[in-house]
Amino acid sequence: MKIYQKHEETREDVLQIIQNPSLTYEQQTFALAKLAENQLPLPVGEDETILELFEKGIICDLDEGHAPYAPRYILPDYDKLFREGSKFLRLDPPKNLLEAIQTLQIFYHHVPSITRFPVYLGRIDRLLDPFIEDREVAREQIKWFLIHLDRTINDSFSHGNVGPESTVAGELIIDLIQELQNVTPNLTILYDKEKTSDDFALSCVASSLVCANPAFANDKIFRRDFKGDYGIASCYNGLPIGGGAFTLSRLRLNKIAGESSSRADFFDRLLPLSIDALLRLMEGKIKFLVEETPFFKSSFLVKEGFVDLDRFVGLFGLVGMDEAVDTLMTVEGLDLVYGRDSEANALALAILDVIQKRVGEFRSKYGKIWNHRFLLHSQVGAAGDEGTTAGMRVAIDKDIPLYDHLRQAGQVHPYFPSGIGDHFPFDYTAKANPQAVLDIFNGGFESGMRYISAYSEDGDIIRVTGYLVKKSDLEKFNQGEQISYDTIQYAKDPLEKHGILNRKVVGVDG
Amino acid sequence: MAEALIQKIIDSSVVDGPGNRTAIFFQGCNFNCTYCHNPETISLTSETAILMTLEEVLERIKGNLPFIQGITVSGGECTLQRDFLLPLFKETKKLGLSNFIDSNGGISFEGMAELLAYTDGVMLDIKAVDPSAHLSLTGHPPDVVLDNALGLAAGGKLYEIRTVVIRDVLDNPGIVEAVSRMLKPYLKDHEIRYKLIRVRSHGVRPAYQNLLPPREKEMEKLKAIAVKAGFLEVTII
Repeated sequence: MKIYQKHEETREDVLQIIQNPSLTYEQQTFALAKLAENQLPLPVGEDETILELFEKGIICDLDEGHAPYAPRYILPDYDKLFREGSKFLRLDPPKNLLEAIQTLQIFYHHVPSITRFPVYLGRIDRLLDPFIEDREVAREQIKWFLIHLDRTINDSFSHGNVGPESTVAGELIIDLIQELQNVTPNLTILYDKEKTSDDFALSCVASSLVCANPAFANDKIFRRDFKGDYGIASCYNGLPIGGGAFTLSRLRLNKIAGESSSRADFFDRLLPLSIDALLRLMEGKIKFLVEETPFFKSSFLVKEGFVDLDRFVGLFGLVGMDEAVDTLMTVEGLDLVYGRDSEANALALAILDVIQKRVGEFRSKYGKIWNHRFLLHSQVGAAGDEGTTAGMRVAIDKDIPLYDHLRQAGQVHPYFPSGIGDHFPFDYTAKANPQAVLDIFNGGFESGMRYISAYSEDGDIIRVTGYLVKKSDLEKFNQGEQISYDTIQYAKDPLEKHGILNRKVVGVDG
Repeated sequence: MAEALIQKIIDSSVVDGPGNRTAIFFQGCNFNCTYCHNPETISLTSETAILMTLEEVLERIKGNLPFIQGITVSGGECTLQRDFLLPLFKETKKLGLSNFIDSNGGISFEGMAELLAYTDGVMLDIKAVDPSAHLSLTGHPPDVVLDNALGLAAGGKLYEIRTVVIRDVLDNPGIVEAVSRMLKPYLKDHEIRYKLIRVRSHGVRPAYQNLLPPREKEMEKLKAIAVKAGFLEVTII
């Protein structure tokens, strides 16, 4: 977050954006818009604490912008679009596969988000399947649908959902993504052992070992938490359909621990102070968005009922649990580390209990669907997060055995209805035995995990914390070439500085 | 109390049968194959092997729940310690796990009916069919192995056949053809997998390091023979 004090600073940054050879025209335009937005003050009044915590790196707003004029994540009700069409876009309900695909593509173009692209594409297999008459024709049309998405939605935070049941459309999509090797869309199968056929689940695992897509969401747990339907958007964020998320900011728990003089100081002073500051910042942004900008009054998405103000929530993000716990152990003179030692893992749960309680006690003016409470979100990390491990994950170099790792993840996943996930690289031997990976996923889900994915160590496409990029594209980007999708910029730090490529699956023999 | 001599346990193996399994490698083998890549498991005694009780082995397996769908007993030749396998399999069945045996087939399964009742599948090596070739490779004639293959196939317990392929030493096509001919009648009732394994020098004793892996073309030819006979899943590793 940058607070602009002088006009010269603004001009310098404008010029820097305009002259950056690695940015496409659209990326420049977007950066300029963000820069303009950030000339405004944060919508929090005079709040020295918030600014101070920004300075210390404790609060991070992910460069979300100072004055949000559209919700961060929007999950339109695409079923309604297919039922009723859209007056604003002059679209009738589709009658065949071609119309269905075109209707979606047109609609996607008009869905804003923090990335300027739609972060939720809907349950695309279920949307398209009723229109399929001929498998071969459908294959060709869906293939071009997927190519269109990848080339026009230049951001791999754009997320499509498939499953839980197997459909012809779902099978075609999973088959095609392996052939196309695209980074967009990010895909998740809403997986339920009892609803998803073994064949479909296995083809999804096999696909993920070829193109890092799709990831697996624990449908049962998400349905329980959301009391029914939900969508997976952006990285792995579970959110209400017909709504979404107003905003997402986050606390770096490691920085809070680093600034605390003792465990007591952490729990009694700095953690609650930081939580309250982030709550104020989020509430300020939400009020600004709802009350000072026209989105919830004049957007066709709202007016035609594709989204409803009451179905949006605030996402309270957390990162850096790993380093926070280790720091608090060190402060007490204990050689116990997060992930490996049960005492350290218990401390993490104690921290989460405190956060969950305090965040749960705050009543937001909006967010009716979640009883005016913010949802906890284990955030995947961002550029500049060196020394801060994503969300609740165990630091990459710790190499704890896979089963222990998954059990530990199973303890923290329940706290995060709006998203948390772990991604594991498997070596080539697993490709010949996708059932083995599915067994491990099933075990993870039984242990309480909410979201998990696999990718292949030797593949070009990998899942960086929560979105896909091609390693070969990063090399081009580093040489100053333009890359069509924005996410490559965010992948640079995780891949080069945070050691994402060093994540290992430990204890699996192939 | 049941005890067994165990060389090692791999908590998560993706190459020893269906899905993710815990693989238990028993010490001691009745064969002495030239190309064995775990020669430390051949001797009936070993300084690196550990005598484990049934309870200890079960505890280790339970520690891997709910991530595995079963166990695979391997070796060495695990059926040498069949008196341990039976109570082990009874207990793992209670845990909802599947039981697979990885065997060289050198001991007749005829006398192991009760063990087979608790066994979901056997992965059997057929290293050669020609008596003299089998004898020089393993130190034993192939008769028992081949009888076992037929008996297990007839009983629906034969999950997989493995053949190690060596360049210029064995009549590789002859072996795969003979195996295919022999098992063809059973393939319509039960799927049997065929795994063709290139010989590798990793782990092999120095005296036998000179064995060469086959050429890619030959492996593809062998695969074609098995596929033609009706094996649905033929893999080359």
